[in-house]
Amino acid sequence: MAEPKTKYDRQLRIWGEQGQAALEKASICLLNCGPTGSETLKNLVLGGVGSITIVDGSKVEFGDLGNNFMVDDSSLGQSKAKCVCSFLQELNDAVKAKFIEEYPEALIDTNPSFFSQFTLVVATQLVEESMVKLDRICRQENVMLIFARSYGLTGLVRICVKEHTVIESKPDHFLDDLRLNNPWPELRGFADAIDLNVQDPVAHKHIPYVVILVKMADEWKTSHGGTLPSTREQKREFKELLKARMAATDEDNYKEAIDASFKLFAPQGISSDLQQIINDSCAEVGSSSSDFWVMVAALKEFIANEGGGEVPLEGSIPDMTSSTEHYVNLQKIYQAKSEADYLVLEERVRNILKKIGRDPHSIPKATIKSFSKNARKLKVCRYRSIEDEYNNPSPAELHKYLTDEDYSIAVGFYILLRAVDRYAANFNHFPGQFDGGLDEDISRLKTTAVSLLNDLGCSGLTLTEDLINEMCRFGAAELHAVAAIIGGIASQEVIKLITKQFVPMTGTFAFNAIDHKSQLLNLC
Amino acid sequence: MADAAPPSKSRDLDKLLLRPGNLVGPTFDPGVQLRDDLQEYARVLVVGAGGLGCELLKDLALSGFKNLEVIDMDRIEVTNLNRQFLFRLEDVGKPKAEVAAKRVMERVSGVNIVPHFCRIEDKDIEFYNDFNIIALGLDSIEARSYINAVACSFLEYDSDDNPREETMKPMVDGGTEGFKGHARVIVPGVTPCFECTIWLFPPQVKFPLCTLAETPRNAAHCIEYAHLIKWDEVHSGQAFDPDNPDHMKWVYDEAVKRAELFGIPGVTYSLTQGVVKNIIPAIASTNAIISAACTLETLKIASGCSKTLSNYLTYNGVEGLHTKVTEFVKDKDCLVCGPGVLIELDTTVTLKKQFIDMLEEDPKVLMTKASITYHGKNLYMQAPPVLEEMTRSNLELPLYDLMDKIPKDVLHATGTINKDDKKSSGLRKLRVVFKGIDGVADMDMAGGA
Repeated sequence: MAEPKTKYDRQLRIWGEQGQAALEKASICLLNCGPTGSETLKNLVLGGVGSITIVDGSKVEFGDLGNNFMVDDSSLGQSKAKCVCSFLQELNDAVKAKFIEEYPEALIDTNPSFFSQFTLVVATQLVEESMVKLDRICRQENVMLIFARSYGLTGLVRICVKEHTVIESKPDHFLDDLRLNNPWPELRGFADAIDLNVQDPVAHKHIPYVVILVKMADEWKTSHGGTLPSTREQKREFKELLKARMAATDEDNYKEAIDASFKLFAPQGISSDLQQIINDSCAEVGSSSSDFWVMVAALKEFIANEGGGEVPLEGSIPDMTSSTEHYVNLQKIYQAKSEADYLVLEERVRNILKKIGRDPHSIPKATIKSFSKNARKLKVCRYRSIEDEYNNPSPAELHKYLTDEDYSIAVGFYILLRAVDRYAANFNHFPGQFDGGLDEDISRLKTTAVSLLNDLGCSGLTLTEDLINEMCRFGAAELHAVAAIIGGIASQEVIKLITKQFVPMTGTFAFNAIDHKSQLLNLC
Repeated sequence: MADAAPPSKSRDLDKLLLRPGNLVGPTFDPGVQLRDDLQEYARVLVVGAGGLGCELLKDLALSGFKNLEVIDMDRIEVTNLNRQFLFRLEDVGKPKAEVAAKRVMERVSGVNIVPHFCRIEDKDIEFYNDFNIIALGLDSIEARSYINAVACSFLEYDSDDNPREETMKPMVDGGTEGFKGHARVIVPGVTPCFECTIWLFPPQVKFPLCTLAETPRNAAHCIEYAHLIKWDEVHSGQAFDPDNPDHMKWVYDEAVKRAELFGIPGVTYSLTQGVVKNIIPAIASTNAIISAACTLETLKIASGCSKTLSNYLTYNGVEGLHTKVTEFVKDKDCLVCGPGVLIELDTTVTLKKQFIDMLEEDPKVLMTKASITYHGKNLYMQAPPVLEEMTRSNLELPLYDLMDKIPKDVLHATGTINKDDKKSSGLRKLRVVFKGIDGVADMDMAGGA
């Protein structure tokens, strides 16, 4: 077996060959390679991203040896970008690693088109002013951007992407799509051919619960004016009915039917999340629409027409007590319906593509198939610009967070992280960065925070003295353990963005290492 | 020792350790002394040198700790390389603990890491008592249970059944699966121990054998049939070895045959390995997050430089990002971190006949092949043979005499625990009280040996 495949075995089990291929195609740019940046890249290099470019203009100082594993005693005085790059290359020779010895701030100001060559930029330890500029550049160039910052016992991670759409969101717990309350003819036909009152006890206890529920639902409907159980009392009664049909107390298939009866009671039709997606204005497609939205437009038509209010069937069924024969046949019935639904959807996709003047075969079959099977799990994430977040704050949200005990430290840190940047813009150093004059720094930071709160429309609120003192105590320290957490989170989000699998975080992640009550703030 | 003159290598850490703060632990005493003491005296054991262990060693070495030890019985495999960043392709086959220790020492000067390439059960209990904090980077419930029992065995209670602080052996524990993980702090006697909240780790669901034999429905059923039933039928007496590629290939081929017979799709070599070895998917980023959270807590416990996590953090990056802190509570009747199983004995009871044999029957102990230690002194050891021989003569002596005629004291028993039809190595703390002794001595008098 080829070595690379074996090496990646434990992650291929998560994101598969396709996810891995996306990673191997990606080119990542890192701004600043202190521990936060170095740790972010370490996790990505190990996972096998295509290429990395490290931008950092600083030289390795004595203090760097105490917080960054990618430099060692022999690196002192050398380019940090070069040292970090050479260590990272050691971790995985399949990755193309290069470095540029330059300060990111300078690059942002003088060479904005530099960033257009990358799939994604990881920007670490940047201050507000540079963040705003870089976000503007990356949005214009359609380059994904993620900010990561470690600061004492706090930090933040924030994704900046105009729009990120996900087909394979792979949620952990998602209700299977069995259509028990709305069986199509083939499923009903299969159920009809099975006798629930079969005398053979072995056959009786191997009838799959899907069949039991479809048939019992019919039986119930006949005696209840064609409706399914809806009240709590009726649901209880229905379960009693199931219990009464057990031929013996150890029949697992009937136990499963009782446990799964809620699937029968579930409402038909699509979720409100999906409703929101098909109602999105992007679903009104034109020649410049993305493949995702073209498929959403087709899905919308499908739901309104062939689907009769439902999405294409997913087609997979959970394991359940059954004879092999029944189970395999049942699987085939679900798969056949799923395949038929997909073909209808594909036809609609092709027609829409034709209508908007594009090659009707420009979206591959496999993509449409995946979309069809995952129709209930689609996700759309949008992130407003940093500039907008700063210029148009959400005072109501901030107010809510500041007065909530579980959020107050995290949101306090979010505000203070912005306050220290203002402070640094005024005083040319971060509060507490140097050992002298700590008291003065504290009072200055307090004044800065009060004025920031004012600007955010939260003038009545204050941050605790303890938290302001703490922020000064941190003195812009980049602690290795904090950097490893922030870098770890950033790299996890990068993987989700690049593989287009799973769902990236929405909001600003405000890290709180004091009691670990970190929060995702819904400000972007 | 202190080199106060700038530039300091602990430039960033110094901010946290040298400056006073308000949101800190109760014992925090900031200053150069604290930093130097941490470097000189704090001893941390990292259990496991895998995905979490590699990260833990790096993080601890860069968080002010200089005296580290690491224990791991495994050798490096190719599939480790996507996350265990201290290992290279040419290291495959070498002991993890040794390579990990060497790499971290190469890169972080001044740090000393002692590797132990062995099973955790191979060390005697006193080995674990030598550390201030134990950091767990493990992937099995059994191993966590074992270390937890060892750490809890050091805990002593005073005569009012209050835990004595100086005997608490704190642990930090991490675990990951894919994009999810947890980090927790265990201070025996204060926070719930691993056993108090064992329900957090439900046992792995096994397929019923009749399903495998008679009504297979999916690929995993076919694989487990080949692995658990067919293998034994064909290879009488030869044990299946999951690390032997020929064995794995055989199981795969048989599973394919069975799947074809029943018309079941989906048997692949990769799935066969996954099912047979119960492979848990693992990536670098999650391990990094969880290990660093554990390291931060280790630093806080050792220095008091901030409040500690109370007491269980979960991280889930599957759908967006969710972190949650839960404060679990101690089980006051816990057999492991509680005051110990109370056993009342007559002074005439001998070590073997009435004591070791009795442990097999006691419903709260259920231990076979017990080895007994008393304040670090071996009263009887089942293995190795040389120790067994040395301690055999104690078997016929009265336990009361072996315990220096102290009427009430604590013994430690290690052996095989038989619980719910499952055998596992374990350790139990036993509070032995001898009946009919006047003026029962206070537990406090039974000082540690």
